[in-house]
Amino acid sequence: MASSTEPARGTAPRTGDPSSAGTLLTAADVGRVIDRMAHQLIERAATSDPGGGRGDGTAGLSDLVLVGIPTRGAPLARRIAARIEAFTGTPVDVGTADITLYRDDLRMRGVRALEPTVLPDAGIDGRLVVLVDDVLFSGRSVRAALDALRDLGRPRSVQLAVLVDRGHRELPIRADFVGKNVPTARSQQVRVHLSETDGVDEVLVTEGES
Amino acid sequence: MKRHLLEAADLDRADATLVLDTAAQIDQALAGREVKKLPTLRGRTVVNLFYEDSTRTRISFELAAKRLSADVINFSAKGSSVSKGESLKDTALTLEAMGSDAIVVRHSASGAPHRLANWVRGSVVNAGDGTHEHPTQALLDAYTIRQRLGRLEGVRVAVVGDVLHSRVARSNVWLLHTLGAEVTVVAPPTLLPVGIGSWPVEVSYDLDTVLPKSDVVMMLRVQAERMNASFFPSAREYSRRYGLDARRVAALADDAIVMHPGPMNRGMEIAAEVADSARSTIVEQVGNGVSVRMAVLYLLLGGSTQ
Amino acid sequence: MTYLIKGARPYGEAAADILVTDGRIAAIGESLSATGAQVVDAAGLIALPGLVDLHTHLREPGREDAETVETGSRAAALGGFTAVHAMANTDPVADTAGVVEQVWRLGQEAGLVDVVPVGAVTVGLEGERLAELGAMADSAARVRVFSDDGHCVADPALMRRALEYVKAFDGVVAQHAEEPRLTTGAQMHEGDRSARLGLTGWPAAAEEAIIARDVLLAGHVGARLHVCHVSTAGSVEILRWAKGRGVQVTAEVTPHHLLLTDACAESYDPVFKVNPPLRTDDDVAALRAGLADGTIDAVGTDHAPHAVEDKESEWAQARPGMLGLEQALSVVIETMVEPGRLDWRGVADRMSVRPAAIGRLDGHGRPLAVGEPANLLLLDPGARAVVDPAALASRSRNSPYAGRELPGRVVATFLRGTATVLDGEAVT
Repeated sequence: MASSTEPARGTAPRTGDPSSAGTLLTAADVGRVIDRMAHQLIERAATSDPGGGRGDGTAGLSDLVLVGIPTRGAPLARRIAARIEAFTGTPVDVGTADITLYRDDLRMRGVRALEPTVLPDAGIDGRLVVLVDDVLFSGRSVRAALDALRDLGRPRSVQLAVLVDRGHRELPIRADFVGKNVPTARSQQVRVHLSETDGVDEVLVTEGES
Repeated sequence: MKRHLLEAADLDRADATLVLDTAAQIDQALAGREVKKLPTLRGRTVVNLFYEDSTRTRISFELAAKRLSADVINFSAKGSSVSKGESLKDTALTLEAMGSDAIVVRHSASGAPHRLANWVRGSVVNAGDGTHEHPTQALLDAYTIRQRLGRLEGVRVAVVGDVLHSRVARSNVWLLHTLGAEVTVVAPPTLLPVGIGSWPVEVSYDLDTVLPKSDVVMMLRVQAERMNASFFPSAREYSRRYGLDARRVAALADDAIVMHPGPMNRGMEIAAEVADSARSTIVEQVGNGVSVRMAVLYLLLGGSTQ
Repeated sequence: MTYLIKGARPYGEAAADILVTDGRIAAIGESLSATGAQVVDAAGLIALPGLVDLHTHLREPGREDAETVETGSRAAALGGFTAVHAMANTDPVADTAGVVEQVWRLGQEAGLVDVVPVGAVTVGLEGERLAELGAMADSAARVRVFSDDGHCVADPALMRRALEYVKAFDGVVAQHAEEPRLTTGAQMHEGDRSARLGLTGWPAAAEEAIIARDVLLAGHVGARLHVCHVSTAGSVEILRWAKGRGVQVTAEVTPHHLLLTDACAESYDPVFKVNPPLRTDDDVAALRAGLADGTIDAVGTDHAPHAVEDKESEWAQARPGMLGLEQALSVVIETMVEPGRLDWRGVADRMSVRPAAIGRLDGHGRPLAVGEPANLLLLDPGARAVVDPAALASRSRNSPYAGRELPGRVVATFLRGTATVLDGEAVT
């Protein structure tokens, strides 16, 4: 399990200090981080299996639903699920939940196009839902996602997995699974690019407003 | 999106597609849910300002606003200060002073929503003005066509009936043209406007030659009062020449659909068996109306007010 | 009062001094002087005969909230007019000697222009029986122009009788040409734009059909016919044909029909709602050509003041009509003079000489010459200004030219030798 206090190291970027502008994670780094998160989820599913299962975690996996938050949380959830299946041979349910209509900052931004909300046929009631997003920042997206989940069903437990935690929380929300902790200045931008949406896997830190 | 939705004619392809896509996502997000409500417009106030009776359109807008958690006020011209002679402008300013964020207006005068938009700071949504436009009807019609046929580009749509007096026809002509459909209007010449030559449509006086070439047949309501004004000799003759009955439907391609904005005159412009057939989208149109109006309200009100 | 107008250019021609005394032009020449005269520096200004409007709505009696004889007279003087014909559609309707004398007297009291009442053709403008045309003609108001303006004298038999009857006192019937059965509920010109805007169309044929009928009737009975506010290219053709056949027909065009088109309706702002409606570019071109070649005799403003509540509404609920007196000359300069269609003598002819002749007015429409009544205006043709409705003298604000820059400024107007406007301000 990742800790929110984990310092940013291990996959040190080639450009030196991680909080200066540049490439934070390369394509190979992103792949490794996703693998590690998949392993952590397998472990969690096993220990949280309400019925005790067979002790190898695969029973708990059938209880697990990865719900990606569009845009990039959706492919991220699918990738983590694919890695879990590769490691265990057990398929994992995946869904997406668009949170736009639940945001509390709509008045401050322009309207955005909506993205799909798709849940697995078995639904989410009574299951372990892990929300998946690319970057954890203020926590407002996660709050909106929690509101959306409340309208979509009643999970047994909800947890949060993010590729990057960059700090600066504005709400009492923390991630259960973090791919990488990155200390940033508030003025910096953390950009996650995934091959499904952007043609390339990488995480960048840039200075100033987007 | 602009601040107001006044006419389909000023929607460009990107805006129109955004409305349809947004409606589709809302549909999907709400499908099968027990709680059919979203918090998006919490704290916003939508006024339904209806100067004409139109229960179905008002209810559709009301449901759309409520599903987005907006507060809804229904202001009917009947039994209000309006019937005592208060002007449209004074009514609008009063509603705005009470904190309305959007006014959904239905009015018998063409252009009334344009006037309102000059007087208020909030958004104005045209819910049908005179014989001008009814843009949300056209959006829900386009949405229904896309849902049934999977596309709009190149779809051949016949709009049949009283085009002269129809705001539904006008909105559909502009919107469907913008979205790449090919529109043919079919009517007796008396029910086509002088100046239709400048519209991006084909014109036909003969329904039977148009039907085999149509993917969509959109029947317009014929008002009883037109009969007394010599627009056509009799209801029977109109029905015989321009009504959609089972015999005519047989000339349609297998997957062609039949639409009607409602309310229908069964037996006049459309036969009951056609209205109730599997080709008919009439019930779907009503349901889609709510999703499309939610999309419009979200896109106009959801974002920054700047 | 004696005025010495220095350096004005009569009809835009060579500069001269004009001495005005005892209500008449006493002298025109170089370097005039007169002891005790008030000197008006008119260097660079054009002198024209005072303008005559055949078609003004002064709203009094009945709608004094929209305009009065006095406010309308002031607007007229500021526009360079020295005489206006006040239309009969007041409340009560000017269909008796009593009402026309009342309007005439109000005009005399205001004293800013000669207010010449128009008498209704039919009782109450209802198009059913003739009003007492002879009594109005014999009244102090000396009515010579009769019109149901706002309504068409649609009944062909009644129109024939009216045309015949007014011959007895050299009167003229000024027809509002609109076949009512073709314009039920009409809101704007019927064409591409009305089709799109969903506003009921007012077909050109509804005007042309009445004009065609009336010129045939006027020719048949040998009477004088005047056609109000001609608005279509087809009407111009019919008038040209009728004049070619010797029919005694005259016609007027409004400033707004010379300048504006039905494109204005796209805003749905009823300030552009008028009857007959604004037409197409082709119609505007034909009207300009018709005024230039004299087929259309005169500019008539159809100045139609309306209270704010009658215009700040839905298009269909709004009343038709627009202000015109204060911008008429500017619009004529913009549409006719600057493009070279009319010279200043032409302007004098279409805005003063011919309308005075049609109305059989003595003392108006006279040349700028020694011994003539001193009805004249001084114009700065180079001035350009943006029209601000709030600054107008009219009691109403429904100017279709709001925010539009127009050329020409009336600097002074003289009515029988008395200044009604000086330095661009009304003298009261």
